[in-house]
Amino acid sequence: MSHHLILRVVAKFLIPLILVYGLYVHFHGEVSPGGGFQAGVLVASAFILHALIFGLNKTRPIARPGVLKAIAAGGVLLYGGTGVAGMLFGGEFLHYGVLAADPVKGQHLGIILIELGVLFTVASVMLLIFYAFAGRQKPEAQ
Amino acid sequence: MDSLIDVVLFAFLIVVALAVARGRDLFAGAMLFGMFSLLSAGLFLIMDAADVAFTEAAVGAGVSTVLLVAALSLIGTEERARRRSNFLPLAIVVVTGASLIWGTFDLPPFGDPANPPNHHVVPRYLEKSGEEIGIPNVVASVLASYRGFDTFGEVVVIFAAGVGVMLLLGGRKRHRQRKERGL
Amino acid sequence: MNLLGHYNYIVVVVLMMLGFYTVIARDNLVKKLIGLGIFQVSVFMLYISIGYVSGGSVPILTEGVTLYSNPLPHVLILTAIVVGVATLALGLALVVRIREAFGTVEEDEIRLKEDAEG
Repeated sequence: MSHHLILRVVAKFLIPLILVYGLYVHFHGEVSPGGGFQAGVLVASAFILHALIFGLNKTRPIARPGVLKAIAAGGVLLYGGTGVAGMLFGGEFLHYGVLAADPVKGQHLGIILIELGVLFTVASVMLLIFYAFAGRQKPEAQ
Repeated sequence: MDSLIDVVLFAFLIVVALAVARGRDLFAGAMLFGMFSLLSAGLFLIMDAADVAFTEAAVGAGVSTVLLVAALSLIGTEERARRRSNFLPLAIVVVTGASLIWGTFDLPPFGDPANPPNHHVVPRYLEKSGEEIGIPNVVASVLASYRGFDTFGEVVVIFAAGVGVMLLLGGRKRHRQRKERGL
Repeated sequence: MNLLGHYNYIVVVVLMMLGFYTVIARDNLVKKLIGLGIFQVSVFMLYISIGYVSGGSVPILTEGVTLYSNPLPHVLILTAIVVGVATLALGLALVVRIREAFGTVEEDEIRLKEDAEG
């Protein structure tokens, strides 16, 4: 679709907006609807739009599959690591109250960390799944 | 007003689901599924589930439609007409549906605050999460803190599904080598 | 038991059965996955209907609001939606591989080819 001028111009304008909106949804998710899951999907959809308009070969160097795989695993590790950190500080698994001196501050810290883990995993897994489908050549009819 | 929107959205949903069940074009099916998700997102918003509506609109109407279309470009969009009779599936569906509707008569009335699901742990979440967690969005505090272990499981499931898709579709290089070796 | 109070549940069951019918009456594997998706979204609607409180508000704590909808089904369904798209992707990946192996995604043709290969 790279020859559609209007699509390209609109996409160049929209992609940063979608990314910023995704981050807003993520960091404002404690006060308004939103959170890691929704933000992850929005961030992934910005890259998917880029791939649809400019072609997969232009998107792959920006968001490399190898890096994305590391981020996906890192998100799960961050989530699990936050849980283990709660255990090391003397609480239960995923008990955030002990992460800081004040339990409410600890809860805040824990929620921010695990939501980041969710964001990393959801965004990169969605994008990797899209790469897997879009990057596969159509088999010849048998 | 809410119940009117409710009725109209449900009518649209039934029409879309019927069109999916009857239609032959897979591409149209994928688009109709996206519409179904978007309509259900509107319904979730009417039922005060803003977070769920948001997620359904982004995931169901957005990403899953893109994935379906991407997969259809590999699979092809034609669906062959069915040769067997539709009588048996129809009978199974009618019997199952009738027994499920019979079962819904035992459910508590729609929207009553005194319903059993609204008691148990929920009042505690609503009353205490403000001081215990310190954030106003109760859905976020239940998701991330009270039920953090559930959410951990879901994140692992998403990761595992991603690994599965990459294992199934990512092995193009090895596949070609095996073909060259005649395996 | 009043019919109006159960309107939501009954329509949700009808939608579920339409999805279920698509799953069992169609041979095309992609159509089966779409039917499964409709079934899944209908189950989400059932959960959200159960958690709805009429006159309640979105469960975000606000000054002066005392009646909120039940946040617990929202949490369960929110994560289930994202897991749903991940499993849909896995199912589609399997269908793509089946298409490459058999050249068709119609269930009965696949079965015929499998029998022929013995």
